[in-house]
Amino acid sequence: MPDALIKLNQIEKRFGTVRALTKINLEVTPGNITAVVGDNGSGKSTLIKLLSGNLMPDSGAIVVGGTAYHGLTIRQSLALGIRTVYQDLSLDERKNSFENVFLGCERMRGPFLDRRTMEAETRSLLDRLEIQIPSLRMPVLHLSGGQRQGLAIARALRSPGKILLLDEPTAAMGIRESGNTLELLRRLRRDGMTQVLISHNLYQVFDVADRVFVIRAGRCIADVMTAASSPDAIHQLILEREQETAL
Amino acid sequence: MKAWFSRHASVWILVGFCLCMAGFLSIRTGSFFSVKNVVNILEANSYRMILAIGMTFVIAAGAIDLSVGSILSLSAICMAMALHAGWPVALAVAAGLLAGALLGAVNGLLIQLTRINALIITLATSFLYRGLSLIVTLGTPVTKFPQSFRNFGCGDILGIESGVFMALILLALAFPLLYGMRFGHYLTALGSNPQALQRSGVRSIFYRVGCFAAMGLLAALAGVIITARLNSAEPNAGLDMEMDAITAVIMGGTPLSGGSAELAGTAAAVFLLGLIRNGLTLLSVSSYYQQFITGGILLCAVIAAELRERRRRCA
Repeated sequence: MPDALIKLNQIEKRFGTVRALTKINLEVTPGNITAVVGDNGSGKSTLIKLLSGNLMPDSGAIVVGGTAYHGLTIRQSLALGIRTVYQDLSLDERKNSFENVFLGCERMRGPFLDRRTMEAETRSLLDRLEIQIPSLRMPVLHLSGGQRQGLAIARALRSPGKILLLDEPTAAMGIRESGNTLELLRRLRRDGMTQVLISHNLYQVFDVADRVFVIRAGRCIADVMTAASSPDAIHQLILEREQETAL
Repeated sequence: MKAWFSRHASVWILVGFCLCMAGFLSIRTGSFFSVKNVVNILEANSYRMILAIGMTFVIAAGAIDLSVGSILSLSAICMAMALHAGWPVALAVAAGLLAGALLGAVNGLLIQLTRINALIITLATSFLYRGLSLIVTLGTPVTKFPQSFRNFGCGDILGIESGVFMALILLALAFPLLYGMRFGHYLTALGSNPQALQRSGVRSIFYRVGCFAAMGLLAALAGVIITARLNSAEPNAGLDMEMDAITAVIMGGTPLSGGSAELAGTAAAVFLLGLIRNGLTLLSVSSYYQQFITGGILLCAVIAAELRERRRRCA
């Protein structure tokens, strides 16, 4: 197996008295889709927020490309090539599609925004990713859930990145849109993009992921290759918690 | 074209109101349509326009500034004291403007660092700054300034006060800044979804502090105009002026929740409010009614803005 692109070593995160993550060890190998699954409140999104620089760990290290960090800022994470599709999508609903895609790194003509170039580049990016959005000048507020999700993914892929973090990327989508998104993830993997996928849908995870980490109550309880496991087996692992709690 | 008109509906409604008001006043009063009266309206509202421009930026960024009047007063007193200390006019004015920008920046920093609502922070600082004005002056106005200062603040250019030109130049600069440049682009993003902006790697502190500093600077400039006009810097100057500015911005079509800005609407609303004030004076209506009417207009504007926002979200 090639060297890990990202490694989490003994990561811990608390929110007051609540332990969100406890001694998490996880590694993401280049060119693969690594999935993180678990029940609600298990700490999956906290993990993504640590990697994307939205949260700082209390202890442990995040190793990216061989360099250890005791926590990343958002700007550091972006500079390291980590791109994130957040669960809430983090779009500015009042701005249009191309303004959202380029938010934070606008194309400029002197001191002025070059909207024409941004629109053209967004159109070609969406065409390349096969994401369909009828009008790029329409405020994002008026787009469907699936179109917004597509836009959030396009924004993450606008500039060259090494790792794509996806937090529930099909949550707001219908069956056909989910299928398109999963196909997009497969294509990105073929292009060599490393991905970390968080999802509730184990069948989708097994459809695209190479490796699965199971988080339960903030602890990593299993690390399996999808080829050697099944959705039912993972489901059973997650359910054991409920049975333990009931007992 | 239809979409463009519909997007800027508030501006056209205000322009329509202005025309109706002008028509009504020219019929009811003989003196409305004179050059002198029109110039008078422009001069009386130049500083209001300056404050409303700044407030458009602040509200577009999803915030509000209730300390504008207090900043106006305190920065004018700083400038007046500098003038009395013998500082050259340019340096004293620069000191006043800098004081305004710093006081505004303090507002922005406090909001950014404490994450407390701008309404509460600026309400507190408005008392703080007003109190400082009273402490420094012991409640008495600072008066009598050199003629060169008065010429700068309210001197005639082609028969019109310099403040009118300052307001027009600022309005012309504000349009590209708000709609065509990064500063305005990020301010509206800050008002719409600050987390999205931050997650895009933008240092939002710079834009939040920058917009409050700009508001402070414009309040100080309005203070220069008022001080020059009255030949007096008063600790109670600028009282309730933030309310006039907020009224104009909301009437103009900028949503109170931020995220977008309608600068042309703000300008039209300042002019309409000026017309109403002027009309009431020409019609010899008691000044007591003016505040009542302004309050009624603000209430109607807020309700109309809320209804417009709900319709936009449902569209």
